[in-house]
Amino acid sequence: MITSAIIPKPLARLPWRLIFLVAGIATFGLIVLYSAAGGSIQPWAMKQAIVFTGFLGIAVGMSWMKETTIKAIAFPLYAVTLVMLIGVEALGFVSKGAQRWLDLGPIRLQPSEFMKPAIVLTLARFYELVPAAEIRKWRAIWPAMLLLGVPAFLILVQPDLGTCIMVMLCGVTVMFLAGLPWWLFAGPAAAVAVAAPIVYSMMHGYQRKRIDVFLDPESDPLGAGYHIAQSKIAIGSGGIWGKGFLHGSQSHLDYLPEGHTDFVFATMAEEWGLVGGILLICAFGAVIRWGMRVSQNSRTRFGQLAAAGLSATIFFYVSINLMMVMGLAPVVGVPLPLVSFGGSAVMTVMLCLGLLMALERQQRTVSRLA
Amino acid sequence: MKHVRFTNAHQSITFSRRMMLLGGAQAGVGALLIGRMGWLSIAQNAKYQLLSESNRVQLIPVPPRRGWIVDRNNKPIAINKASFRVDIIPQQLVDGPKVVAQLAKLLELPPDEVERINRELAVSRGFQPVSVSDNISYEKYAAVTVRGPELPGVAASRGFTRFYPAGSAVGQLVGYVGTASAAEYEKEHKNPLLLIPGVKIGKEGLEQTLESTLRGEPGGQRVEVTAHGKLVKELEAKPDRSGGTVQLTIDADLHEYTARRIGEQSCSVVVLDVNEGDILAMPSMPSFDPNNFSDGISRNEWKMLSGDDHLPLVDKALESLYPSGSTIKPSMAMALLNAGIDRKQRVNCTGSYPLGNHVFHCDKRHGPVDMDAAIVHSCDIYFYDMCRRVGAEKLAPMIRSMGFGEKFDLPFDNQRYGTVPDPEWMMRKYHRQWQTYDTINMSIGQGMVLINPMQLAVMAARLATGKRVIPRLLKNKPVAPQEHLEVDADHLTFIRQAMANVVDHGTAAAAKLPLDGIQMAGKTGTAQTHRLSDAERGNYTAALWKLRDHSLFMGFVPFNNPRYAAAAIVEHGGFGAAVAAPLIRDTLLFLYDKQKALANLQSFEQGIGGTLEERNARKTASWRSANGLPALPPTKA
Repeated sequence: MITSAIIPKPLARLPWRLIFLVAGIATFGLIVLYSAAGGSIQPWAMKQAIVFTGFLGIAVGMSWMKETTIKAIAFPLYAVTLVMLIGVEALGFVSKGAQRWLDLGPIRLQPSEFMKPAIVLTLARFYELVPAAEIRKWRAIWPAMLLLGVPAFLILVQPDLGTCIMVMLCGVTVMFLAGLPWWLFAGPAAAVAVAAPIVYSMMHGYQRKRIDVFLDPESDPLGAGYHIAQSKIAIGSGGIWGKGFLHGSQSHLDYLPEGHTDFVFATMAEEWGLVGGILLICAFGAVIRWGMRVSQNSRTRFGQLAAAGLSATIFFYVSINLMMVMGLAPVVGVPLPLVSFGGSAVMTVMLCLGLLMALERQQRTVSRLA
Repeated sequence: MKHVRFTNAHQSITFSRRMMLLGGAQAGVGALLIGRMGWLSIAQNAKYQLLSESNRVQLIPVPPRRGWIVDRNNKPIAINKASFRVDIIPQQLVDGPKVVAQLAKLLELPPDEVERINRELAVSRGFQPVSVSDNISYEKYAAVTVRGPELPGVAASRGFTRFYPAGSAVGQLVGYVGTASAAEYEKEHKNPLLLIPGVKIGKEGLEQTLESTLRGEPGGQRVEVTAHGKLVKELEAKPDRSGGTVQLTIDADLHEYTARRIGEQSCSVVVLDVNEGDILAMPSMPSFDPNNFSDGISRNEWKMLSGDDHLPLVDKALESLYPSGSTIKPSMAMALLNAGIDRKQRVNCTGSYPLGNHVFHCDKRHGPVDMDAAIVHSCDIYFYDMCRRVGAEKLAPMIRSMGFGEKFDLPFDNQRYGTVPDPEWMMRKYHRQWQTYDTINMSIGQGMVLINPMQLAVMAARLATGKRVIPRLLKNKPVAPQEHLEVDADHLTFIRQAMANVVDHGTAAAAKLPLDGIQMAGKTGTAQTHRLSDAERGNYTAALWKLRDHSLFMGFVPFNNPRYAAAAIVEHGGFGAAVAAPLIRDTLLFLYDKQKALANLQSFEQGIGGTLEERNARKTASWRSANGLPALPPTKA
């Protein structure tokens, strides 16, 4: 918070540290996209800059929302998103195979993106309503599982494994923080280990192949393992200081596929090296830490759970993407927020940040009086 | 366990505990990511930098020049001739069909070639050039070159084709080169060099066995390319390294002379220098012209070669086995002397030798003969009787020590080594007892005795020196130390004299060198290819060619101070003295008096219808007309 006589009060009350951090990450992302396009603001950097600025404005605008308002829209937002997901599913049957978008005239809406913050808010709201004494009871568990399970299933069958995993992880994080019994998390973890082969057998061909190749990328260096192999080459060849801005051969010569979307981190690491990578990871770490602080400082149960869940959303975005790019996780199609080209991830993350800023403002104003 | 009511306070504690856990897990993941990135970019940086370089940089290989094969005096046997070729680099091709059509007109390409080029262009990728035509004339090369600007993607280049100045005279010696097959490409772990148009690798003979020396290292133009094979920029070139020269012990002039002197026969000759064991000549005729293989041999040419009953595709010097016939007799006599037989002791030759219910023959009635006469006049009865007395067990080791049945370390893949039989071998191979008639057969080099011409020449060299002469073909290979054979010097002198007598006044009088003071020693041989009928006996040219006896001769010069040893086996040549002996006479004469030898050759070649080239051309023409094929155009300049 900046306190100065010159700057008008509403502006001064914005969480500038966070905004600078987020803008810094996004700017670095634009530089990487500029390089990925071979030193041109077309076709990615310019578009991304506009999208980011727009959503930054929206996020800042959202920061004036009251916690009560957020609370109030939690369930309706969830319901609307669920309906849209069902709609996508229904239309998907009509048109071709994998349909993730809902075409609404000029806007292409991806409802599964909204589900990430929506599930966090919904579960936070749900557990706020559950009395402390009831938390270890079955009736505190099954509605949450239903609330989480239905959209996760709908997203999985789109099919969009990456988003499904994200939604599941976000929801489970909120449930975990809400204080559900330990066995509820340890049990399924064990069950997953047992069920993995069964899930594997139910997967789509390309998903299964990704798992196969993840376990042994060298088995198919020119096919499905190509992404991981080339990404590791890009990161590994960058060294400590990188090959220099605009000097990444992997991305410039098209050896690295998706160098501007899911694998943008590899593009960055090749040119900026370990130094650039650590800088970016630390910047994301600071953003997430800021979010977790908001949760810790929150006086309301809803605020605590929602803020933690929203921060976790950003955390899962970043960590799944980086693990995937560095060959620690299978390629599941999760972008690196604010850096990867594409509006959806920017939108989701900025919505999360907007909500977090709103919750944070609440702490600074309302909570003091409480 | 006591049931505790879960209160707001509990909830708050649980929340902050779990928040800490979550924060810790997040920090842990962050540390893991940074650690992983550090591992990739520091510990494995070198590996990935290499991989990224090999991604980025592609080599357009420049084939190395193949190493020469030269003779002992550095006279070239296999060299490279500049040739001109035209390739298409698909990457740079703009209007494919138009360019191909224009090339077809310029180079006068037949329609099926045009079709092949279009087919290869359709499946080509990146930098792999498509061969349009190789070995074109300079005029056509120039015609393509001047139109270069209007033919984008067409590369006219100077290349090299393998050239063998002596043509078919060295065919069996050097083998040939050809385009690598898919199997060879796989075997070399997909060596990209083998895919370059115009690159030939050794397929047979020395070209094949010396491949590693002759090939050299390809250089190349290094270029930066995208993942889709598109050229971004050219980097500095990597120079190529030519293949190494291989020097042979061969005397190219002698080799070629001998090949020509063989004439129309199916024959191979081996000439050795007895001091080092150097192989001076080893032609096997008839042969193929390896130059024709360098350009890719035609189906018809191949058919003609493989259908020839004189086996031009077989290196008879090392791959063919024959009964030694009487050429074994000097060694046999050596074995008899070693076994204690008195050389003055006589055997009465009546022309036939009954054993059981079979009668063995001699080609003459020699009367009473001692060892010298038996060698000089090649009396079989003497050897039947004497060898029978001594027994095969004592004979075989001596024959083996003279080189028969021995394996030589020579750079050829398909050598065959034959047999020197003995009772133990007979039991192992045929599971039967050795019989007296086996000794009788063996005594005159028939029966199970099988040798190749190289072994026969080695035997001559060993009889000449009394030492274990080991043949050698590669000049840079160290000379094998020659141990003394277990023979008596006195016996050796006697055998040498007897062999000199063979040439002086015996069966090989026709082999006498027309030189003063240089006398040859030798021994003829006539090896039966089938059981003779009584009508055929003594009438060697009566039978069909395939049924005639092989004609053999081995010898050395000068008999009193041996320097060169030589052997010839003429397939179905008839009587040994009539064909093989004069052939060796002229061959060895060439070493002493080239003028005389060449004069002999000229009159010889006139008698058989011209030089090697002329006869080959005529042979090809008659084969083509007999098989309903049009005559070949006159040979390329």
